[in-house]
Amino acid sequence: MSMHVPIPKVSTLVGVWAALIVLTGTTSAVSYVELGEWNIVVALLIAFMKASLVVWVFMAIRHSTTLTRLFCIAGLLWLGIMIVITFGDYSTRNWTYQAQPWSHTKAVGGSH
Amino acid sequence: MATIAHGTPETVATEVNYLNVEHGWKSWLFTTDHKRIAVLYIISITLMFFVGGAMAVGFRVNLLEPQGIFSAETYNRLFSMHGIIMVFFFLVPSIPATLANFLIPIMIGAKDLAFPRVNLLSWYLYVAGAVLTMYAVFRGGVDTGWTFYVPYSSTYSNSYVLAAAFGVFTAGFSSILTGLNFIVTVHKMRAPGMTWSRLPLFVWSNYATGLIQVLGTPVLAITLLLLAFERIAHVGIFDPAIGGDPILFQHLFWFYSHPAVYIMILPGMGVISEIVSCFSHKRIFGYNFVAFSSMAIAVLSFVVWGHHLFITGQSVYTALAFSILSFLVAVPSAIKVFNWTATMHKGSVSFDTPMLYALGFIGLFTIGGLTGLYLATLAVDVATHGTYFVVAHFHYVMVGGMVMAYMGGLHYWWPKITGRMYSEAWSKFAALIIFVGFNLTFFPQFILGYMGMPRRYHAYPPEFQMLNVLSTAGASILGVGYIIPFVYMLWSLKYGPKAGKNPWGASGLEWKIPSPPTTYNFDDTPIITEEAYNYGPVEEVIG
Amino acid sequence: MAETIVPVSHEPPAEATHLRHHFATEEQQMDASTLGMWTFLITEVLFFGGMFAGYAVYRNLYPAAFASSSQYMNVVLGGTNTAVLICSSLTMALAVRAAQLSKQRDLILFLILTMIFGTIFLVIKGFEYHDKWVEGLVPGLHWGSYPEAPQFAHNAQILFFLYFCMTGMHALHMIIGLGLLSFLLIQAYRRVFHANYFAPVEMIGLYWHFVDIVWIFLFPLLYLIGHRR
Repeated sequence: MSMHVPIPKVSTLVGVWAALIVLTGTTSAVSYVELGEWNIVVALLIAFMKASLVVWVFMAIRHSTTLTRLFCIAGLLWLGIMIVITFGDYSTRNWTYQAQPWSHTKAVGGSH
Repeated sequence: MATIAHGTPETVATEVNYLNVEHGWKSWLFTTDHKRIAVLYIISITLMFFVGGAMAVGFRVNLLEPQGIFSAETYNRLFSMHGIIMVFFFLVPSIPATLANFLIPIMIGAKDLAFPRVNLLSWYLYVAGAVLTMYAVFRGGVDTGWTFYVPYSSTYSNSYVLAAAFGVFTAGFSSILTGLNFIVTVHKMRAPGMTWSRLPLFVWSNYATGLIQVLGTPVLAITLLLLAFERIAHVGIFDPAIGGDPILFQHLFWFYSHPAVYIMILPGMGVISEIVSCFSHKRIFGYNFVAFSSMAIAVLSFVVWGHHLFITGQSVYTALAFSILSFLVAVPSAIKVFNWTATMHKGSVSFDTPMLYALGFIGLFTIGGLTGLYLATLAVDVATHGTYFVVAHFHYVMVGGMVMAYMGGLHYWWPKITGRMYSEAWSKFAALIIFVGFNLTFFPQFILGYMGMPRRYHAYPPEFQMLNVLSTAGASILGVGYIIPFVYMLWSLKYGPKAGKNPWGASGLEWKIPSPPTTYNFDDTPIITEEAYNYGPVEEVIG
Repeated sequence: MAETIVPVSHEPPAEATHLRHHFATEEQQMDASTLGMWTFLITEVLFFGGMFAGYAVYRNLYPAAFASSSQYMNVVLGGTNTAVLICSSLTMALAVRAAQLSKQRDLILFLILTMIFGTIFLVIKGFEYHDKWVEGLVPGLHWGSYPEAPQFAHNAQILFFLYFCMTGMHALHMIIGLGLLSFLLIQAYRRVFHANYFAPVEMIGLYWHFVDIVWIFLFPLLYLIGHRR
């Protein structure tokens, strides 16, 4: 009953570690540059890159079954559902909506 | 038929089985046998069911008089603890932790769940949660409603919210572990030949339930933790005093608790699929549709939670989307009801006790489901939100649906679990009593809600008294209806006639092994060669 | 990145087999624990997700208050901690590798290193918490005057509440992780793990990496957003 397991090379693991350290430096440095709303976009993109590296190599999902990958994606998808829909409520609460008499329906959604 | 080597004759109750293989309390409290853990769960949730039921008796008595009999505070605590206990300590674990725990490994041809020790841990977590919650009850209870809404539970709380919330938090982890165990078991423990399209529908529905438990329950856990922190620090993210939004609590709470409603009905649907097929002696109609409708319900359940927030100040546009998505849930639910009915069509239907409960389920669930559509309609919900219409709606689904299914399943698999038969006459009588009592309790509440009686008030205008008295009368009949099975099932443990391997003439792996089964279920791993519900032509079965 | 597939054939360990009775093969057992662990990690994602949802909502509602709060965060300590955790992830991955290759001494070494990095993280975190307490930045329990941006003092409590909940829950997971690692270490001293049995090391490794990932998101969201303003 021998088990065939793919064993990662040390160089691969150290390479990923170096990439993660560099990305941490990058995200810290970028935060000192004024990019307006793009600061958070860049920060999250880098965070996703780092997380993907950890999941792909350290957590060895590159050697795992399709099922495990599917579960991993499902978890993220459900997190997305929760955040996006909840956020959707807050971002649309102030949209113009004024109940109008039937005779004025054309004005719905107008400027006042 | 599936090939199973068991080599035991029809009457096997005297032989070694999972019940008599070991004796003494240690052999139960430290067991990792999924069947023994299921029995532990049956005992615990029955206890909690009667505690929750006693609370219901309390507030139904209060509502006999328009001005109320108890104080408003007592009333609030009674209905809150009734909800908390019934939802988190009875309905959520009801079928998954008991019947599914017992049956899933057997139905897929495995010796146990994937993680037997985790299964035992989940029972201990349940007990710990129940003890914490009972502590809250004895200290005076919680008056927030089962939903723990802020600020009732935070700024303005005057009851034992923390103890009850931690109780629910702990029970939540029990539920997560059960779901996790089922998911892995169904994926990894199926016997050779047990393909996904050969899985019994009961397994499908519990798999879907497991997904909801795993994906939803953690959000409840963090929500209750944030609530606890808010109570400890006296500020928090749900506190309007610093700009927090109480509606965010409702978002997070219902992200779990709406899917949880399907945790409380999907396993019941699985039971009904098994019973309807068995007592119609016919293959289930549209297997694929029934199986995939379970998965569709599980997925849709996560995108409809906002229909609990229609009148809270949620964005109108979000409400619109939630309303439309809520309607969509009707599609898979209806597919199930139609397929059960079509299964009975031209079947050889016999009206044994489990079938009586199944028929009750189909009718009552249909009423509960259809009134759900009323409530998903934005304009109608504005009028009916927070009225007895809602109370009646979800009791038709939860009690008329899930409790009926649980009772049906318990009666169906009782001979397998205990190796004994119960009294046929008494059980039919009890099923009838429960059906009558249930409808008398809850149908008047539809009318009360339609007329505008709000829920969660200890007093009401005198013109509602007639219907409230009817409802209380129904509740007392329902109570008797639940005590009768409790008595005759206990009686059957000692005096009931011994059950054979397959008293109902059912198909399915669980009916091919002795009643009660041995500890490892199968002497040799079975090899499955055919689909589920392979009932032959009707004549052969009868003959 | 070609990998070496090592067909492992070792002498049977002291306890002849780690195959539990209800599994047919070692492979089935390993598959089940892997899937179980990933399913558990999904529950963890959604557990933390509730707080991330709250963060998203309030950051959108009170951007100025959140930006003003970020300047109270110590980027140097936060960044150092990020690096420390990344190092601990590397040593954890190396520990798993050592177990897979039956290198007992390496396994023990890397487990100890992982625990040291984890402890460093918690100590630094402790200093940060202490600073927050001294500065009066603990909402509810010790909330001071918030001198640099008094106009946001009100809503800033929400960010600090989230900061303490998120980092606190993360720290709690680290502490649990350290407990699990001590358990592994004891087992490793007893030479329990080898090329045919390393599932516990791998599973706890997955957990440790997950906790690292949570911090990878917490660091930019709590420390970096708008900290210059």
